[in-house]
Amino acid sequence: MTEIAVSSQPALLTHLARWPWHRITILAGLALLWEGYARWLDNALLLPTLGATVAALWSAILSGELPDRTLTTLMVLLSGYVIGILIAALLTGLAALSRWGSEALSLLTSMFNPLPAIALLPVALLWFGIGRPSLIFVIVHSVLWPVALACHAGFRTVPPTLRMAGRNMGLSGGRFVLQILVPAAFPQILSGLRLGWAFAWRTLIAAELVFGVSARSGGLGWFIYTNRAQLETPSVFAGLLTVILIGLVVEGLLFRSLAKVTVHRWGQEQA
Amino acid sequence: MARTAIRPVDGALPTPSPESQTATPLLAIEDVTIGYQTGNGYLTAVDTVSFTLSAGERLVLLGPSGCGKSTLLRAIGGFLKPASGRILLNGQAISRPGPDRMTVFQEFDQLLPWRTVLGNVRFALERGKGLSRQDAEPIARDWINRVGLERFADAFPHTLSGGMKQRVAIARAFALQPTLLLMDEPFAALDALTRRRMQDELLALCEETGHTALFVTHGIDEAVRVGTRILAFTPHPGRLAASFEVPAAARVRGTPAFAALEDYIQRTVFANPEVGND
Repeated sequence: MTEIAVSSQPALLTHLARWPWHRITILAGLALLWEGYARWLDNALLLPTLGATVAALWSAILSGELPDRTLTTLMVLLSGYVIGILIAALLTGLAALSRWGSEALSLLTSMFNPLPAIALLPVALLWFGIGRPSLIFVIVHSVLWPVALACHAGFRTVPPTLRMAGRNMGLSGGRFVLQILVPAAFPQILSGLRLGWAFAWRTLIAAELVFGVSARSGGLGWFIYTNRAQLETPSVFAGLLTVILIGLVVEGLLFRSLAKVTVHRWGQEQA
Repeated sequence: MARTAIRPVDGALPTPSPESQTATPLLAIEDVTIGYQTGNGYLTAVDTVSFTLSAGERLVLLGPSGCGKSTLLRAIGGFLKPASGRILLNGQAISRPGPDRMTVFQEFDQLLPWRTVLGNVRFALERGKGLSRQDAEPIARDWINRVGLERFADAFPHTLSGGMKQRVAIARAFALQPTLLLMDEPFAALDALTRRRMQDELLALCEETGHTALFVTHGIDEAVRVGTRILAFTPHPGRLAASFEVPAAARVRGTPAFAALEDYIQRTVFANPEVGND
């Protein structure tokens, strides 16, 4: 009996200790700050309280509008993100294998990386018209260059000994890139993917603010834009809060778990 | 290029062992010169070096930093091309790296950090020998046991000590049963105590398997301990200065024969202060 009691208490404690207490405290602090300032300001048109925002969020979820808008946005976002990553993988693969590819990638990234994706929107509208393809085009642009830059930089930091060890086993070409360079550069690739995800979000919300896909099938940006036009400020903040919450969930669940089973386990990066 | 072959003449010193003279040459280095471009001009790292290596031999390339011994080993590994001369393995010119010449490097980062100890050895067997996972597994386990790491088969490299990492690299190299085992100062980054143990263990593995090995080092004691023959190099540019046979009797640490050969090599090749020995 005593043994069980002794062993179960530390188990509970270690389980609690695994909670991200620092993050939870900081989040709670930010929420308090928001609520306090909004109450002091007392102007729901400029800054609604956290309570009013959550209430607006809840009713928008119940009405089904917000989940719809979010889903639309996420679908466009994911398509652009995946296409961007695939093109980045192709370009960095070629860059790792040939001098021409490497020079081309360096030149292209230095040309296009500083170009804000949203600045390409007028061109995209000319080429693809108002609609999904234009949005995907600008997202691909916003994802492609930072991801390619991070992968390429990661490949170049792979130690020469590890490269030689890989070639010693007879690996070359695409197999060398996939089986040696990609896992060896994974810490940098992972931060590239995080960066690309953030850039994709920013670009998409900004693009949707400029024009909805169409009023019927607009995404989160459109939701924010229309509510602002109707002076439904709590709903505007509910839309922004959704963007933040999805960001937290993706970072906390997806990228952190990915890092845990890869670079942390391999000792390439501290937890 | 004329080279002086200094042979032991002292009666107390051993005479060449006969087996290395009768065996057929496995590796032939013919007038090999290797250089590379540096910031201030062309640097000759290896200058017209020739020697042969017979099956079953353990040849040590000995010399201070800058004598081109590691560069020469990289060229034999196929990682770089000589400016002139030929490197022939069983009569075939070496053009690229391959698993028939497994290299154990000095650096600890030669292991794949994303694979366990077992995964590293198994991966090399799968890629280098084209074995299936099932066929590779028992061979990998056997070699991990032979280097004494059975308890660490599922550990990731970053959790291992330097000596253990080098053991994994040695297991990986032996597991592929290369025609020629290349060792590029594998123990140079280890502490002195671990280094001595590793030398003994490597010697035991080599004698047990009869593998042909080419071993690069800057330690005379290490050269005498692990080699059957020693080629001494002098730097700037890297040239072959002398060759020494190491009979089995001189391979035992602490014996007069060991000390005598070590001292003899030091005096005849590296006593000149311009040569330096680090």
